[in-house]
Amino acid sequence: MMISSLPPFAIFYIGAVILALAPRGARPWIMLLIPVAGLGNMATLDDGLHLSFALFDFQATLLRVDKLSMLFGWLFHIAALFGAVFALHEKDLSQQVSATVYAGSALGAVFVEDLISLFVFWELLAVSSVFLIWARRTAKAYAAGLRYLIYQILSGVILMAGVLLYLYTTGQNSFSQLSLDNTASALIFLAFGVKCAFPFLHTWLTDAYPEATPTGTVFLSAFTTKVAVYSLARAFPGTEMLVYIGAAMTCFPIFYAVIENDLRRVLAYSMINQIGFMVCGIGIGTELALNGAVSHAFNDVIFKGLLMMTMGAVLFRTGKINGSDLGGLYKSMPKTTTFCIIGAASISAFPLFSGFVSKSMVMAAAVEEGYAWIWLMLLFASAGVFHHAGIKIPFFAFFAHDSGIRVREAPINMLIAMGIAAGLCLYIGIYPWTLYSLLPYPVAYLPFDTTHVLTQLQLLFFSALAFTWLKLTGIYPPELISTNIDADWLYRKLGPTLVKNVRVLYLRAIAPMRHAVNEGGSMIAQLTQRWYGENSGLGGVQTVGATIAIALLFFAIILVWDLLAA
Amino acid sequence: MWAANCHRALRRLYFLRLTLPNITHVIENEIKHWLLRPRTIRLLWIGFTVVLSALALADVFLHPHALFDVDGTFGFYSWYGLLTCAAMVLFAKALGVLLKRSDTYYDD
Repeated sequence: MMISSLPPFAIFYIGAVILALAPRGARPWIMLLIPVAGLGNMATLDDGLHLSFALFDFQATLLRVDKLSMLFGWLFHIAALFGAVFALHEKDLSQQVSATVYAGSALGAVFVEDLISLFVFWELLAVSSVFLIWARRTAKAYAAGLRYLIYQILSGVILMAGVLLYLYTTGQNSFSQLSLDNTASALIFLAFGVKCAFPFLHTWLTDAYPEATPTGTVFLSAFTTKVAVYSLARAFPGTEMLVYIGAAMTCFPIFYAVIENDLRRVLAYSMINQIGFMVCGIGIGTELALNGAVSHAFNDVIFKGLLMMTMGAVLFRTGKINGSDLGGLYKSMPKTTTFCIIGAASISAFPLFSGFVSKSMVMAAAVEEGYAWIWLMLLFASAGVFHHAGIKIPFFAFFAHDSGIRVREAPINMLIAMGIAAGLCLYIGIYPWTLYSLLPYPVAYLPFDTTHVLTQLQLLFFSALAFTWLKLTGIYPPELISTNIDADWLYRKLGPTLVKNVRVLYLRAIAPMRHAVNEGGSMIAQLTQRWYGENSGLGGVQTVGATIAIALLFFAIILVWDLLAA
Repeated sequence: MWAANCHRALRRLYFLRLTLPNITHVIENEIKHWLLRPRTIRLLWIGFTVVLSALALADVFLHPHALFDVDGTFGFYSWYGLLTCAAMVLFAKALGVLLKRSDTYYDD
């Protein structure tokens, strides 16, 4: 077999250039061809380090092929592939090029072996992805995109500071396991945390993803956060702090998701919930936990992509995405409804659907390591995700009260893309061994244990009972057109209000001073006017003769003065 | 599709007062989507109840190796799923009172 050492990102970057130059009609097909070519290249990659070169005083290595990078490599190719199929109808060149560069940057980041290259791809991820938000071309999307970009660049700047400090203190440039006991590592950890949507740093995600285009959100949901998960798994496995951060991430978004109206924003919150499981697994750090974390990242990209695609199709056809505006769409979009239910069952970890075979590894690892409270939180989060992503999304979009909206079924390319993702959800759920063979550590875990299957079904069905009961009694909060305050309130409301008020206070405080200055100024002006103005002795001179006379007079005075002084 | 067209045509006729209202009503019931028929809904209720009871009772035969203390109690996964989710929705509802603003809140 031919052995290639072409870095996967190169195919995407070259593809993006061809895409930009290609005729309009060919572009969607080129976009489709890029991940296919990439998959071919992936199959021929050889284990080990390739493409090293000297960079300043350090060594940069663009291609590290091992189990962990290959898992994410396969995953990102699959995501780019179904994303391209989903966007096959899209004519917008800016979206096509930015999505391709974005996917390439994600691949670049997971395959590099050194911190400087990681930083470069980290920033390229940020800059290329923001166009998928701006391409919506609304004022809201523009503002949300700017806030997104500020966060992403901030993460990059923190990473740069951390990396520079790390290079300076250790003289090492290798991107491998770090310990959280020095400032450099802490900065790198924080940079990963921003991109990973740690609590309070998460608002860029829930703010911007729902504002992107129907096709853009599918790409966005696949790459940025998963690159961060990969980076954490690479650099900080077994860092105990991550267990608690992860557990918090699984729980708090549920409450927001339940009261959120925009269904793509509900999915954005549920994305944080799912990343929480991965972060928690990385924190636990055993082989089982790490396998669980990265396999859950793999499954999440596919089922979250599927759910984002179904909601994208709904938005594309109806122009609406709020739960309060939708309902009854199963009549006009039955295939999309079916795909949505498959995605919902997968994210809820129903047995025989993909989430079940990966999430349970993290849970089992939490039990093995004796994290009782963490396990209870994860169990609650598992039931909660079924509530808001598993039931709420399909229920409010496709069932609930009939909104009267009648549209055509999603376009064929969207249906094929959803079909690919749904097929993968089922395949991995029923036959997980293919995925397990790709994991970084050997898998000794058996997902389909009778007790485990039944207890999971108990949890899910009784969670559904809670929904049914609360919905029928009218206690369940209705879908309302509203904004829910999150941590972004700090910089979208409190900050601007403070600045505004401080400005008012400042103006008020310096008012007397300004007054005094004004008064003084006008007094000087008046005196000047009086002495040198047009009616004064000097300024009032109107004729040339008088001017010459005054000049001569001054000349005479100076002359006399000079004589006397001598 | 045929049924939906038929339905739409009848609705239009009714709107133009060319037919009696109760005729559209009868037709509407006839061509109701299978999910909306009372029979389906009753079957769903029965199925749901049977599955729930069977799952709850499965604990009699099932002895999940209690990992900690609390999960050794009878029907732990059932009551934990039910209670935490109900509590979660109630808490979220209360949170909504605190956090909900108009949809133009950030616009000005």
